[in-house]
Amino acid sequence: MSHDHSHNDDERGLSRRKVLECMTWAGTGVLWTVTGGVPHSLGLVDAANAAEPTGMTFLQISDSHVGFDKPANPNALGTLEEAINKINAMPKKPSFMIHTGDITHLSKAAEFDNAERIISQAKLDVHYVPGEHDFLDEEIKFYKERYGKGTKGPGYYAFDANGVHFVGLVNVVDLKAGGLGNLGAEQLGWLADDLKGKSKSTPIVVFAHIPLWTVYPEWGWGTEDGGRALEMLKGFGSVTVLNGHIHQVMQKVEGAVTFHTARSTAFPQPAPGAAPSPGPMKVEDAKLRSMLGIASVNFKQNDQKLAIIDTPLAG
Amino acid sequence: MTVTALRSLDWRNAGLRKLNVRNLGLALVIAAALLSPLGSGRAQAEEIKVSLDNFTFSPNEVKVKVGDIVTWTNHDDIPHTVVSAGKFRSKTMDTDGTFSFTFTSAGDYKYFCSLHPHMTGMIKVE
Repeated sequence: MSHDHSHNDDERGLSRRKVLECMTWAGTGVLWTVTGGVPHSLGLVDAANAAEPTGMTFLQISDSHVGFDKPANPNALGTLEEAINKINAMPKKPSFMIHTGDITHLSKAAEFDNAERIISQAKLDVHYVPGEHDFLDEEIKFYKERYGKGTKGPGYYAFDANGVHFVGLVNVVDLKAGGLGNLGAEQLGWLADDLKGKSKSTPIVVFAHIPLWTVYPEWGWGTEDGGRALEMLKGFGSVTVLNGHIHQVMQKVEGAVTFHTARSTAFPQPAPGAAPSPGPMKVEDAKLRSMLGIASVNFKQNDQKLAIIDTPLAG
Repeated sequence: MTVTALRSLDWRNAGLRKLNVRNLGLALVIAAALLSPLGSGRAQAEEIKVSLDNFTFSPNEVKVKVGDIVTWTNHDDIPHTVVSAGKFRSKTMDTDGTFSFTFTSAGDYKYFCSLHPHMTGMIKVE
């Protein structure tokens, strides 16, 4: 116990410089494999595409911001549709899809309806978690009506697929002034119960909107009590944490935990500190689709391998 | 009967509405006379503007007098809110959206954006 605590303190004491050094910046895409809990980078996306996935594959899409029509992308619904077309063109049909939030831009009923109309064209089960843009309606009911069934609190839940345990968390409610994303005591209690009794060899995938690790607190890119969730995941041999919110690919590996953020299907955001604010980044029209995209995750159960492949919409 | 009673109420309301329109000028004069003591002797309340640009409140700290109105305007391409716990809470402001609040008692009002809580600001009311 005391060892755990000191380790936790070390993590908390990491300077921002150290945290940023730990990150691996990705270009168009990186293939990751995990052997015995230690991930290795295998190569860029072309090499990844060449390797036929043989295990269970699922997809991650994120930050579709349906309704966004500003200069950074006047047609966010159109690029979502391009992403879905890309999914439909995949040689191997994925088992299901997760959406890591910000389905809509302003939580309007019509935005949710449009998103559903396009995303359903993939003909896949979709497991959602909300982003802060999905909880903007006065009664916070549009998201819950559509995606809240069978979930707890503001929408967290767990499910199992092909021997992998998936946990969808909500870190976009009850945010405190000056703070970051927030899970809250009730959700953390639920998570502890959910993980209790799970074999440490069970591969775990945790997904939430805002990164669960501290990416860049100056822009709110992190989760205040994310460390407490990660503490509960210590000891599991394979943990994958999938997030959105920051509209760019970012990866970090810490022991048996692989952190990964997906691109948006709507608009890119700047690298931490590279602009005055994290707002939508306007790029040349020709470059936009190279900065939007989807991620697919492949589990090869027998050889304990996990691969995350990021695929841009173009280029 | 209830229906009849309701109808006659409607009639009375309609009559009142006409009366109100006719006497609007007089009503405004009375309202102005009633409101003037609230300004603590000042000619009129001021409107102070706070701008939301690049995920910051600008100016970040504002000093106002009791009775002044602060109006926030969002110039970002991302929606924001203005929330001061227990004091005021705006609806979501999309691009060019505004929110106004009249400060009727002195004090320090810390506020933040509930969507991007690293955005914080302060209104000091004297």
